[in-house]
Amino acid sequence: MSLIYEARWVFLEGILTTIKITIAASLLAFAMAFLAGLGRLSPFAPLRWLALVYIEVFRGVALLVQLFWMFFVLPFFGIVLDPIVTAVLALGLCNGAYGAEIVRGAIKSVPHGQSEAACALNYSRQQALWKILIPQAIPMMLPPFGNLAIELLKATALVSLITVHDLSFQALTLQQTTMRTIEPFTVVLAGYFLIAIVITGLFRLAERQTNARLGRGAR
Amino acid sequence: MIPFDFDYARSILPLLLEASLVTIAATVVSFAAALAGGLVLVLGMRAPFAAVRWPVWAVVQFIRSTPLLVQLYFLFFVLPGFGISLSPFVTGVAGMGIHYSCYIAEVYRAGLESVHKGQWEAATALNYRKSAAMVQIILPQAIPPIIPVLANYMIAMFKDTPILASITVIELMQTANIIASEKFLYVEPMTLVGLIFLAMSLVASACVRLLQGRLAR
Repeated sequence: MSLIYEARWVFLEGILTTIKITIAASLLAFAMAFLAGLGRLSPFAPLRWLALVYIEVFRGVALLVQLFWMFFVLPFFGIVLDPIVTAVLALGLCNGAYGAEIVRGAIKSVPHGQSEAACALNYSRQQALWKILIPQAIPMMLPPFGNLAIELLKATALVSLITVHDLSFQALTLQQTTMRTIEPFTVVLAGYFLIAIVITGLFRLAERQTNARLGRGAR
Repeated sequence: MIPFDFDYARSILPLLLEASLVTIAATVVSFAAALAGGLVLVLGMRAPFAAVRWPVWAVVQFIRSTPLLVQLYFLFFVLPGFGISLSPFVTGVAGMGIHYSCYIAEVYRAGLESVHKGQWEAATALNYRKSAAMVQIILPQAIPPIIPVLANYMIAMFKDTPILASITVIELMQTANIIASEKFLYVEPMTLVGLIFLAMSLVASACVRLLQGRLAR
């Protein structure tokens, strides 16, 4: 255990990097999810196709392949990105594609009468979408978005393979420098578990808040 | 200008397709392991004793919220210390199997719970034994709706196989890496790997959609 105590700063640095990447990539994924999810529902066909291609490509290719592609191939096209930027881009774009289906599904699951009522009240398409449909769809999106955030957190472990010094990277470094195996990997697994618990708690809180705002009781 | 050499790409394609057989083998074997492991876990989660239910639930939550990569490192580096040395492929397949069995257990549970409680009561009223009711009444209703969900998990596992490269399994991704680092030409092998993954996942998803359509009928 003294090993863990001596290496506490190494773990802390790793945890901070993992948290930073998780937050940045989640924000990008959230933005992409809305862009592509709404794009799929657009009345404008080219926009729908564009969103569909984005979703299918980024969901169809393994995340690690996307990471390696951005890390190793983009420089050949003259685009050299910092490893952390590459990590955030790949994680955000990939999880955004998964999130897009959540956004689309939630908006489509709002009862049809709601858009008819909006139409009867002379709301424009945009107004109906932003003022009627999306506010009711958000409580439905939150639980799957919570799961997606956990998946994203777990996926951040892969960025250690493109030289980012995240929590997983530190585990491997400690394993190589101390020749100990159980301690570093156990502590790192526990670290991820703790972050996951915090994320789950935050989403529960958000669910309660949005439900309360819509006048639905906490379930 | 796109620095993509089609002749070079064509020359390495057979190697990559051969390596994708390892990827497919890893997917199939670990999926089978996850199906079996999920069954054990769901039985544990539905056990009549809380002393069994809680630990199983806790382990499932823990495995589900920690990265597969670190779990694989754990198996790969820690097991030999206990005198268990498995080949990288076996370690990888075991790790993926364990990781996904936690997801698949939830799928089984949802399937079982989706069968109406009245079905159990009717089976009891008709004097079925508990095991016979399970096999003849409940499972035939619980299994068809979860087949597409399970198939989607299989696709997810397929897309997680490149992680096995990190514990030295020479699958598709690792083969591309080796080819690329030989001549420091990354564009063709990496792009081809991406395209192979895309093609296979699109075909697999189309099959799942077809399956879903048939089962819904």
